[in-house]
Amino acid sequence: MATFTAVPGIEVECEHCGEACADTTIVLGDKIFCCQGCKLVYELLNENDLCEYYNLNNKPGLAQRIPVRKDKFAFLEDNKIQQQLLQYRDDEHTHITFYIPHIHCSSCLWLLENLHKLDKGVESVTVTFTRKEARIVYRQEETTLRRIAEVLTSIGYEPYISLQDMQQKKPRVQRDLIYRLGVAGFCFGNIMLLSFPEYFGNYGYSDAKMNVMFRILNVSLSLPVFFYSAQVFFKSAWSGLKTGFLNIDAPIVLAIVVTFVRSLADVISGTGSGYFDSMTGIVFFMLIGRVLQDKTYQGLSFDRDYTSYFPLAITIIKDGKEVPTALPDIKVNDTLLIHDNELIPADGILVKGSALVDYSFVTGESVPVSKSIGEIVYAGGKQLEGNIEILTIKEVAQSYLTSLWNRDELKQKATRQESFIHLVARNFTWILLAIAALSALYWWKFDHTRIWPAATSILIVACPCTLLLAASFTNGHILRILSRHKLYLRNAGAIERMAGITDIVFDKTGTLTGNKDIPVTWHGPTLSRAQMMSIASVAAQSTHPLSKLISAFYHNIPRVPVSGFKTTTGMGVSGYIQEEAVLLGNAAFTGTRTVPNHNDGSIVYVAINEQPLGYFLIGNQYREGISTLLQSLRTKGYSLSLLSGDNDREADYLKSLMGEDATLRFTQQPQDKLNYILDLQTKGKRVLMIGDGLNDAGALKQSDVGISLTEDSNNFTPASDGILEAGQLTRLPKFIRICIANKRIIVISFVISLIYNVIGLSFAVQGILSPLTAAILMPANSISMILLSYGLSEWADRR
Amino acid sequence: MSVIILLLGASLLVAICFLAAFIWSVRSGQFEDHFSPAHRILFEHKPTEHASGSTPPATPCNNNSTATPTNCKQ
Repeated sequence: MATFTAVPGIEVECEHCGEACADTTIVLGDKIFCCQGCKLVYELLNENDLCEYYNLNNKPGLAQRIPVRKDKFAFLEDNKIQQQLLQYRDDEHTHITFYIPHIHCSSCLWLLENLHKLDKGVESVTVTFTRKEARIVYRQEETTLRRIAEVLTSIGYEPYISLQDMQQKKPRVQRDLIYRLGVAGFCFGNIMLLSFPEYFGNYGYSDAKMNVMFRILNVSLSLPVFFYSAQVFFKSAWSGLKTGFLNIDAPIVLAIVVTFVRSLADVISGTGSGYFDSMTGIVFFMLIGRVLQDKTYQGLSFDRDYTSYFPLAITIIKDGKEVPTALPDIKVNDTLLIHDNELIPADGILVKGSALVDYSFVTGESVPVSKSIGEIVYAGGKQLEGNIEILTIKEVAQSYLTSLWNRDELKQKATRQESFIHLVARNFTWILLAIAALSALYWWKFDHTRIWPAATSILIVACPCTLLLAASFTNGHILRILSRHKLYLRNAGAIERMAGITDIVFDKTGTLTGNKDIPVTWHGPTLSRAQMMSIASVAAQSTHPLSKLISAFYHNIPRVPVSGFKTTTGMGVSGYIQEEAVLLGNAAFTGTRTVPNHNDGSIVYVAINEQPLGYFLIGNQYREGISTLLQSLRTKGYSLSLLSGDNDREADYLKSLMGEDATLRFTQQPQDKLNYILDLQTKGKRVLMIGDGLNDAGALKQSDVGISLTEDSNNFTPASDGILEAGQLTRLPKFIRICIANKRIIVISFVISLIYNVIGLSFAVQGILSPLTAAILMPANSISMILLSYGLSEWADRR
Repeated sequence: MSVIILLLGASLLVAICFLAAFIWSVRSGQFEDHFSPAHRILFEHKPTEHASGSTPPATPCNNNSTATPTNCKQ
């Protein structure tokens, strides 16, 4: 029994892209390439004196094995389409920003910014690395948009132009909060400085005239903080109150306003300097926390919908001519020409050609479906074999896939459970108000003059700012720690929801299974080279995934011509090599009688000239460590489910992986997945869904936490609460643990800040809280809180 | 003591300049891309050479030049 693995050890690496070369036939000088495409790029760069590309980084290119269709960018010549993509155009220059997913290292940066060497019409290129964007300025007299796109493609930097580009521009980066932070920092620092004479006024020199001067300056410096920087909190509190919800910002606004009014009263009446330093300080720290927590991941988008998957334009056949047309302009009864490997953008009837449609994108089913003339093909499928023509029966926006996306229940944001922080803050506020009322009552009885100072300083010193600080800093740190582990959560709310999940739902294709290193083994007598050639050649004719794997398994075996190739749906493929009949398929198809007992993969039997030879065992593609992952989640008490768009041929194996009590569902349509999640939620479960692809999109959006998996962060992911790099999936238990720790850290920090509050309150109830005490307590409290939450988060990560 | 008022004014003015500089730097997008500017400065060729009419002679690419290639494929 001979055994091989599909991926042999490292061979020769391609000079351009660094991928393993199948053979060493494609050479240029002493350089070896994996394909003609890579060699072409190398030659092109060589001719144009752009070799620096290869010096900056080792083999930075993208494999060019799949050539890009020649007229792919023809639609860019259409003026109407251009109008919607261009950012700016004058008599001479045009500005456009392309999204180029392949941008990944400094070589890319260098090459793209030297694009003018390849296209003389390009004026300048500016790459924004974090967003993977290139802003190109070109002279429209000398070059065209299409030409630039083609030049970029020829060097391996194909711009990704999707339907989404056509609709409104992406929102700009939020800088507003940063400005507010800057202003608050500036005012806080200066007020602190100007308050020093006041702090030490009792210990020596004090000039009444100077003091007035300092106080006036303090008041004027606090105005921008109160009216500009703190506005964020005002707005949030107001929008909470409007919906009858007392969020954490409400007591904070109360404290800010009380502090400001009290301080203003002090200064005007000349009785003191007020607490402007404390007020501006707390606003400053809270803004830092908010900036930290709201940090967004540039280059990652959590809100993709179908428009970012769909191409921008498609070819329509009108009066025998091919016209590139923007997707929204497609009408019912248009004839669309779908090229090889293009996405079908609208539901239609197949009128020409034979379709082999890969619906894995929509349904998760990995085996392509063949359709013949007259049958309906649905939007979202990818045509695999040759060109086809379809007659549209529905517009893009009304297609099955898009209507799935536009469902009402997905549009309205599900009412999320409110954060425990708001709950704590509310209780805290009531206690605080009670203390203030009590001490006011006390002083009303004994010393009327102290009512006002005591009550206000209680509200000043013990505002729940520290709770907000603890929460926002801890959330920010945890988000950062998770992103270090390649889990990018959308926002802080996702952390808290993730900590509370009870059920975990997995998708199969692309989630539990990966797309790398599928072991293929041959079971049977050792094959002769001629037999291998026959098998490889027949397998290479088919687009079935299993055939493709066999073909890849024999990648270094030369191919021979195949005649009479035929696919029998659900059975296998057959073909003749000269007089030899080669059959690949299931046991019945090949006439194999002895069926081996394997449940950890798919089996392809081989028969040559009606003589069964043996079979290929094609291992499952489950990611490494999946069984340990599932095991540990199970022992932690999460109930697991699997929703697969694929068929149930691996059901037994999956059952053994996930345990007897797990729910396994196969051939699930996107709608079924969504319903399953809804069903769990109505039972009071809180669901974490992990999936990839469009077919999970509804379920991801509906679940309490939806995490989409991606092979590398360049890829496109459906709308979700988080994006996880696929290799890190096995660390899921750790991620959940960190999220649970998040809540504990917030509580611990809050309790410690309460100690400061008690000290402050003990001064405040007596009505003797001096600005100096407040000025020491406030920053000490904030800073120790920040350090504590940072230290504890790091510790939670290490543990 | 009026000198303090003068100094105060001066120091506030300087601080306001810094605030303005900060706002300007945020506005001009300096905090948005930490990668490109840091690497751009290390490239030897300026991206504004296109005006020169004759293209320099092509030299064959080789991997052992001045810069140490770092492997960018994880």
